Amino acid sequence: MDWKRFGFIALIITILIGTVVYVGQTRQTPLLIITSMLATTIAVATPLTLGALSGVYCERAGVVNIGIEGMMLTAAFFGWLGGIYMFQIYGLSAGISITLGVFFAIITGGLMALLHAALSITFKVDQIIGGTVINILAVGLTGFLNRQLFFGKGSVFGGTVPSSPGVLPTIHVPITELFAPLCGTSAVCLENVQAINRVFDQKPIAIAAILLVFISHYILFNTRWGLRTRAVGEHPRAADTVGINVIKMRYANVVIGGMFAGLAGAYFTIESVPSFEPLLTNGRGFISLAAMIFGNWTPIGAWAAALVFGASQALLINMQIFRDVIPPQLSFLQESYIVGLTPYILTMIILTGIIGRTTPPAADGVAYEK
Amino acid sequence: MTETPHTLSDEIVLEARGITKQFPGVLANDNINFDLRKGEIHALLGENGAGKSTLMNLIYGLHNPDKGEIFVNGKPAVINSPNDSIKLGIGMVHQHFMLIPVFTVAENIMLGDETVKNGMLDQKTVAAKITDLSSQYGLEVDPTSLVGQLPVGTQQRVEIVKTLYRDAKIVILDEPTAVLTPQEADDLFRIMRDLTARGVSIIFITHKLKEVLAIADRITVMRAGKTVGTVLPKNTTSEKLATMMVGREVNLVIIKKQAVPKEAMLTVKDLHVDDVRDYPAVRGVSFEVRAGEVLGIAGVQGNGQTELAEALSGLRATKKGHVTLADKDITGKTPRVITEAGLANIPEDRQRHGLVLSYSISDNMALCDYYHEPFSKHGVLQPKALDENARKLISAFDVRTPSSFVSAGKLSGGNQQKVIVARELSRSVKLVIASQPTRGLDVGSIEYIHGEIIKMRDRDVAVLLISAELDEILALSDRIAVMYRGQIVTIVDAKKATREQLGLWMAGAHVQAA
Repeated sequence: MDWKRFGFIALIITILIGTVVYVGQTRQTPLLIITSMLATTIAVATPLTLGALSGVYCERAGVVNIGIEGMMLTAAFFGWLGGIYMFQIYGLSAGISITLGVFFAIITGGLMALLHAALSITFKVDQIIGGTVINILAVGLTGFLNRQLFFGKGSVFGGTVPSSPGVLPTIHVPITELFAPLCGTSAVCLENVQAINRVFDQKPIAIAAILLVFISHYILFNTRWGLRTRAVGEHPRAADTVGINVIKMRYANVVIGGMFAGLAGAYFTIESVPSFEPLLTNGRGFISLAAMIFGNWTPIGAWAAALVFGASQALLINMQIFRDVIPPQLSFLQESYIVGLTPYILTMIILTGIIGRTTPPAADGVAYEK
Repeated sequence: MTETPHTLSDEIVLEARGITKQFPGVLANDNINFDLRKGEIHALLGENGAGKSTLMNLIYGLHNPDKGEIFVNGKPAVINSPNDSIKLGIGMVHQHFMLIPVFTVAENIMLGDETVKNGMLDQKTVAAKITDLSSQYGLEVDPTSLVGQLPVGTQQRVEIVKTLYRDAKIVILDEPTAVLTPQEADDLFRIMRDLTARGVSIIFITHKLKEVLAIADRITVMRAGKTVGTVLPKNTTSEKLATMMVGREVNLVIIKKQAVPKEAMLTVKDLHVDDVRDYPAVRGVSFEVRAGEVLGIAGVQGNGQTELAEALSGLRATKKGHVTLADKDITGKTPRVITEAGLANIPEDRQRHGLVLSYSISDNMALCDYYHEPFSKHGVLQPKALDENARKLISAFDVRTPSSFVSAGKLSGGNQQKVIVARELSRSVKLVIASQPTRGLDVGSIEYIHGEIIKMRDRDVAVLLISAELDEILALSDRIAVMYRGQIVTIVDAKKATREQLGLWMAGAHVQAA
């Protein structure tokens, strides 16, 4: 990642947030709008961040993964389903059911990735085709099971969707408690501190995603595992000649990547809303890939790019909130289908390479033949 | 290159007994016996495809033999992977370097044998060890530089340090001089001598006779998967070695008449060409090739020769400058226009640019003029005409193939090149561009293709020969141009050129004003 790229990211995020501040100025103070935008941005960027990390692990090891979308979708379904089973059938507490649900989602992602690894590494199927197989399988499998389990005649849950154990709770970071005394009696000051606090009060997967960005970056560039992972993605034969097991390294990284996609899936049905609907990932697996590419296959870069997409989604949410006060000269912002296009348009701009080209790992997408 | 007197040790550090390896359709190693003594340089000589690299890959554990045993320091060794061979003290420098361009020297060297402190790569300790090794053996490398930015000679040193870093006592060098200038090769030979003086034993794989005689303590010759014999340099000559390699007597010297150059056929003026990544590759090149002469372009690979040839044949856009072929401006014209103007092109990458591998030989032989009569009538191909043409050329150019319907991809490298040569040189042409025309070919094919090139010259065709093999340049050229960093350093009369002087120019030495 170069500074030009980070600059572009900062610029776009500033424009997006600035637009909302401008639109909502008659309702709320800029600080409140900025903090709420940031909080939403971080939250909605979570699956994109995890999806991009998933891609980074796979592709740094030399396996192209366009199946992230499908891995997310499947994981979202099975994580949610697992939670319901634990809660409804095995009668576990909501908290434990939710936690196990996240666990199921991660395992599901890993298993889907194992399939992708087998196809692309062992059977040397074209990796784009392998990823497409995953995506088609995910849509079919989740759609079919969803209908069979909940909506069919004589289905397991008798035609109704049972109530799920709920969603993960927000973790409160005690910034207000720490800094409130400094405000004294000023109510405005207290309100501002609370507003800032809201940026940091995130749910567990969102927090984990950010930690994982930095951990992954460190692993990739400072550890033996990372060096070897990059080696098998750049020049697998060179890695082989120094005694590194290329096949094992690739399998391991693809499965790890799949588990990241699985965690991203858990975000949708266990952290964001406690329900599943067919196709709910809605292309975010692919946007993750765009973030990974724009981030030049580095975890921190990919995260920064994911935040841009997060901000554009936060724009959509906020435009709905401020719908009534949108000034006439910006009336097009009232149309949610126009604002809703932003992440997709950004994806296209970014992938055209106008902001400079990025370089994938040299052996990305090439099966290794001894 | 001087011959160092050297007494052979009796201690055998590596021995291969009865090694056999079958690949689909080819017996790559057939009951090979080979041994390496402590501190010696044992050359393994043979043509491409003789089985040298296979044998070394078996010893290094990249493949496993079907039959046979390997002994290291007298003990039977089980080598199933490079890991095993590294543990036994065997290191290998591959012909195509096993280096990762985006990694630093230190990262490349430690890969697979990393030093870790608190879970983190310990770059400092590794760098110190590398600096230590490089000063000890006179192998200068900077641990922090990116490998992709280093010149080839330095990359090779990194590879050697990589083996020493793993305490290799047996080092296999696979065609190490293929990418070096004569001076760099001399430098490598000095390093090899230094290594053997410190008890390292070296297996030196090559197909270059001169080098073997200059540096080896013993020479084992391989041919068609078998060892032909092991000889001492003092008991043999280039001619004898060549005969062993090829299995028949070979003409190492090309007999050619004095050239009688006529008018300028190809004129290149201030040509600028960019490479694939849009960086300038050819930077202001001017020269002319006259009818009836061979102009050789010498230079280490990657100094713009590829781009020059591609631009002249219309495969790459020219940025600036003019090219005239027989008084016709062909600057920036399409390959078809240039071909029709009289160009025969023998491209560097014969499999990608010279042939359509999945097409039959007869189709490949008509690629330049399939759209003319008699090959095409009213837009329909005429199989009979194509086949007749192919049969004629197959016998005229001695292409070894069961029939003209065989797809080009099924032929050996030498026969593929003969198909290209047949197609290109059988037309009436004014200029031949031959890029690396004999790369990777067996001695027999080389002899043949060299003969054809000289025949063209004697028929008053202009020949532009581009080759990284200095011997080839010296043998065929009437004048020699040296290319360095996209420019022509100088053009000299071939009779007055020496290997040493050309080597210096190829490495970027300045030309003294004469």
